[in-house]
Amino acid sequence: MRTSKLMSATLAGLLGLTAAAQANELVLYCSVQEEWCRLMAESFQRETGINVLMTRRSSGETYAQLKAEAGQPRGDVWWGGTGDPHLQAAQEGLTLEYRSPMLAELQDWAVQQAETSGFRTVGIYAGALGFGYNSTRVTENPPACWADLLDPRFDDDVQVANPNSSGTAYTLLATLVQLMGEDAAFDYLVKLDANVSQYTQSGGAPIRNAATGETAIGIVFMHDAVAQAVQGAPIVPVAPCEGTGYEIGSMSIIAGGPNPDSAKRFYDWALTPAAQALGAQANSFQVPSNKGTPVPPESPALDQIRLIDYDFATYGSSATRTRLLARWDAEIGSRR
Amino acid sequence: MRPDARSTALASRERLAWLALLALAVLVLPWYRVAPPGGEPLLPSALGHAAAGRGWLWPVVAALPLLALAGARAPGGRGFLALALAGLAALVVQGFAVGLRGPAAGWVGALFPAAAAGQTGLGWGGFTAGVALLGLVAHGLALRGFCRGDRFAASAVVFIVALLTLFVFFPILRLALAAFVGPDGAIAFGPFLSRFLAPEIWRLDCFSGPRRCGVVINSLVLGLLCATLCTALGLALALVVARTPFRFKQTLRALSILPIITPPFVVGVAIVVLFGRTGLVTVWGAELLDIRPTRWVYGLPGILMAQLLAFTPITFLVLLGTVEAINPTLEEASQTLGAGPVRTFRKITWPLLRPGIAAAFLLAFIESLADFGNPIVLGGGYEVLSTKIFFAVVGARYDLGNAATLAMILLTLTLVAFWLQTRWLGRKSYVTVTGRSDAGLAASLPAGLKGAAWAVVAPFIAFTVAVYAIVLIGGFVHDIGRWDLTPTFAHLRTAFAVEIGAEGLRLYGSAWNSMQTTLAVSAIAAPLTTLVGILTAWLVARQDFAGRRSFEFGTMLSFAIPGTVVGVSYVAAFNVPPIDITGTAAILVICFVFRNMPVGMRAGMAALAQIDRSMEEASQTMGAGSARTLRRVVLPLIKPAVFTALVYSFVTAMTAVSAVIFLVSARHNMATAYIMGRVEAGEYALAITYSTVLMIVMILCIALIQLLVGARRLGRRREFQGQALPAE
Repeated sequence: MRTSKLMSATLAGLLGLTAAAQANELVLYCSVQEEWCRLMAESFQRETGINVLMTRRSSGETYAQLKAEAGQPRGDVWWGGTGDPHLQAAQEGLTLEYRSPMLAELQDWAVQQAETSGFRTVGIYAGALGFGYNSTRVTENPPACWADLLDPRFDDDVQVANPNSSGTAYTLLATLVQLMGEDAAFDYLVKLDANVSQYTQSGGAPIRNAATGETAIGIVFMHDAVAQAVQGAPIVPVAPCEGTGYEIGSMSIIAGGPNPDSAKRFYDWALTPAAQALGAQANSFQVPSNKGTPVPPESPALDQIRLIDYDFATYGSSATRTRLLARWDAEIGSRR
Repeated sequence: MRPDARSTALASRERLAWLALLALAVLVLPWYRVAPPGGEPLLPSALGHAAAGRGWLWPVVAALPLLALAGARAPGGRGFLALALAGLAALVVQGFAVGLRGPAAGWVGALFPAAAAGQTGLGWGGFTAGVALLGLVAHGLALRGFCRGDRFAASAVVFIVALLTLFVFFPILRLALAAFVGPDGAIAFGPFLSRFLAPEIWRLDCFSGPRRCGVVINSLVLGLLCATLCTALGLALALVVARTPFRFKQTLRALSILPIITPPFVVGVAIVVLFGRTGLVTVWGAELLDIRPTRWVYGLPGILMAQLLAFTPITFLVLLGTVEAINPTLEEASQTLGAGPVRTFRKITWPLLRPGIAAAFLLAFIESLADFGNPIVLGGGYEVLSTKIFFAVVGARYDLGNAATLAMILLTLTLVAFWLQTRWLGRKSYVTVTGRSDAGLAASLPAGLKGAAWAVVAPFIAFTVAVYAIVLIGGFVHDIGRWDLTPTFAHLRTAFAVEIGAEGLRLYGSAWNSMQTTLAVSAIAAPLTTLVGILTAWLVARQDFAGRRSFEFGTMLSFAIPGTVVGVSYVAAFNVPPIDITGTAAILVICFVFRNMPVGMRAGMAALAQIDRSMEEASQTMGAGSARTLRRVVLPLIKPAVFTALVYSFVTAMTAVSAVIFLVSARHNMATAYIMGRVEAGEYALAITYSTVLMIVMILCIALIQLLVGARRLGRRREFQGQALPAE
C-alpha cells in the first residue's frame, strides 16, 4: 500500500513536470552561428526580461522539426538560416503571416522576400556564397573559380555540408543549377564528389575545419570565411569567378506556437538596427537588412561580387527543393 | 480470529482509498492534458467530457459505481476482479479508439459523432484513473490468493508489470509497427520489405572496390574488430595485474572507472586533436615519413580507437574476475607433475579462461553496436546503424519507417548476441573455487606471453593518459585544436557566466539551461530507478507468484535494448495521444528509469542472495507486514546495492546520449545533447570545458550520495561493473 501510494505520488510528480508553458518565455529556433544565436538570446533577455529558450539547428533540420511538430508546435520564432527552407515552410503554412511595423525600414531585397512568401517570412541579412581556403595548406596557385575545385590536387581536401540538412549546401546546389543548367550542375557535383572528404551536417562546419587545417577548402557563405579570417585563422575568402548565388537569411513566426506575443515582440526587435548590429559583435559579417544598421567594414561587398539573379520563388518552392534534393541523394549522397 | 478481522478491516479501508482516487480521477481532475478541439465542457473531467458528447468515455466513468457496488458485496469474488480488469481495458480502448485527428475505425465515428474532432493526450485525470484501476486490480488479485494474499507484493507486481508494458514493450511494438507503415499511412508488408532489402543496408562493395559497404555490414565489421581487440587488450591487462608483480594495480583499477564518468564525444574530440589531419601525432608522423598528412583517422580507425578506450575497462574487469577466480592449486599441480609454464598455461589456465573471454567478447560487441557518440564524431563517411537511425529521425529528411526498420535490425543483432552469451556460459562447469584449500601458488606467466602482454599494455596506458591530458587542459587553453596553449577562462565564461544584478542572480552562460535540466532529471531519475530496481529484485528473489520467471525475463529484456532503439521507439510511441509526452521532462526521467533499473535489480538480487531469509521470517512472524519488513529489515542489509544502484543510475543519466538525443527539446535540453551540438559546430574547447565541469559535478554528487546512504567505500562498486552495463 505504501509503495503504491508512493508510486502514485511519483506519477503525479512527473505529470507536474510536464506542466504547460510559463508566461514570459520565448522558444527560439536559431539557424545561424551558435555565437550569434547566444548573443541574440541573451540581449533580448536582458532588454525585455523574457526568458529565451534557444536551440541551434541547421535550417534544413529546423524545417524538418517544424514539419514533425506541425500537430503541436513547440517553438515560437525561427530566426536565421537561408531563405529557401523558410519559403518552403511559408508555402506549407507552417509559419504565420505577420506584417511588422519595421518593414518600412528594410532594404528592398528583404521586403521582396516577405512579399514572395505572403508576409510569412522576412529578410534579416544577405550574404554571397563562395569558398575559403587555408593559406598554409594551399600555398601556390590558389583556387579562384568553381572549376578550380575539381583539380585533382585537392583530392580528399574539399568539404561542404549535406544539402539535406544545410541551407548553405542547398544554396550551392541551386546556384550551380542556375549557373550551369541542371544536368551540367549535377555533372559538376559528381566530379566534385571525388574531392570531397565529408559532407557535414551544419553549413558552417567546413570552414571551421579548414581553419584548423583538417581540410584545405570549405565551401561556405563568404561571411563565414571572413569570420574565420578576422579571428586569426589562415583563411582566404574567395568569390568564384564564374559568378555565384546568395542567400537572404530570413525569420518566421511559427504558426500555433506557445507564446505568440513574445514571438511578435522578438520579431520586431530583431529587425531594429540595434539588434542587427549584434551580428558583427558575434563575428558574423552578413549584410544587415535594416537600412539604418551600419554594414560591418569586414562584410564582403555584394556590389563587387558577380552575383547571379537568384530565383528565390522557384528554388524556395516545395516542389523544386524536394526534386533537387532527391536527385542529389540518388546521384551523390547514396553513392558514397 | 481477531487478526483476521483486523486484516479484513484494513483491506476494506485500502479498497475505499483506491475507489476514492478513481472518483477523483474521473469526476474532478481534468481528463486531457491540453483541451481537445471542439471546446472545453463546464467540467473538464471524464464525466464532463462524456456528458458533452464524448460517449466513448462512459465505460471508464461507469467503472466507478460498478466497482464500488461489487466491492461492498463481495470484494474477494471473481466479479470484482473482472470489473477492475474491464475498467482498465475500457481506459486503454478509449485511448486508442479516438486519435488526435479523429476515430481510429469507421464504426467508432458512426457511434460517436464527436469523435470526428479527435482527442488529445491524457492528462492528470487519465493517468490517475490508470493508477487507481491498477491498484484495484492488484487488490482483487491479492484477495484471490495472488502472491499468497500479500497485498503489498501483489500491487508491487501489478504496478511494475504495467509500467514495463507501457514504457518498454509498448514502444517497441509501436516501433515494429512503424517499420511496416508505407508512405500512404497504411500498414503493409511491401514497404517493410523494400526498406529491409535496400542496398544501403546490405551491400558488400567495400570488400571489392572503393565504394562503401551497407550500414549493417559496417556495424558488424566494427563490432567484431572492436570485440576482438578489446578482449585481447582486456586479457593482457588482467594478466599483467593478476599474474605479474605490477606495482600500480590500484591505479589501473581506478583508471578503469574513468570511461564510465566520461561524457560522450569528449574522447572523440581528443582523438581528433591528436590524430586528425593537423593532429600532433599525424603531423609528426607525416614529417618523419615525409608524406602528406591525411584524414586517416576519420572512419573505422578513429571509431575503433575511441571504442577501444571506452570498452576495454569493461572487458578488463570481466576478465580480471575470471583470472582471479582460477584456483591456483590446479596450476601448481600441473607444474608439480612436470609441465613447464607454457604447457600449464595452454592446458590449464587457457581452458579455464575461455568462458570469461566469450563473455567479454560478446559484451564488447554489444557495446560497440550500440555506441553512438564515437561514430558521430569520428565516423566521417563511415555510417553505422546507430548514427543512420539518428539522421533518419532528426535530420532534414525525416523518415520514421526507415529508422524503425534499422532499429529492428539493430535490436535483433543485440538480442542474438545476448542469447549467445547466456547459452555459451550455461553449458559447462568451470567451477574451481570450492570450499577446499586453495593455498597453492598461481603459475607465473610464460616469458613470451608476459612480454607480449606488456607490449600491448604499455602503449594502451600511454594512449589513455594522452587522451585524458587533452581533456584536462583543453578546456582551459585558447584553442586546443590549433594547439594554441595560452591559458584562458573564456570558454568557462561562455558556458557558465553568472551575473548578480538588480533582479538577483541571473545565469547568462549558454550551458546553464542544459546543466540545470540534466541535474534535475538525474536527481529525480536516480532514486526512482533505485526504487523500481530494488523492489523488482525483492519480488523476484523473495516472493512466489505465478509468472515469476517471465517477469524476470521481461525486466532483463529492457536491459538488452540499445539506447538508440529506445529513443526512436519513444518517439514512435509517445508523440501522439493517448500518451503524448514528448518534449517534456517526464519522458526523460521515464527513459532513464526503465533503461537503468535492471542494474539496480541485479545489484539487489546479488545482495539478497547473500542474506538469509530467517531474519525476514522472524520479522513477519512477529507481526510486521511485508512492506514494513522490506523497509526495516531488508533495506538496511542491502545498503551497498542501494548505493550501487543510485550511483550507477545517476551517472548514466548524466552521461547517456544515445536515447536522450531523440527526446530533448528546446525547453528540456540535456548536457550531452548540448555538447554534441558544440562538437558538430567545431567548438571543441567549449565541449571539453563542459565535459570537465560535468565530470567534477559527477564526482561531487557521488560523494554526496555516499554521505546520504552512509554506505561502504567506493571500492565496493566493482561488484556491479563486472556485470554487463546496459547497452549505451
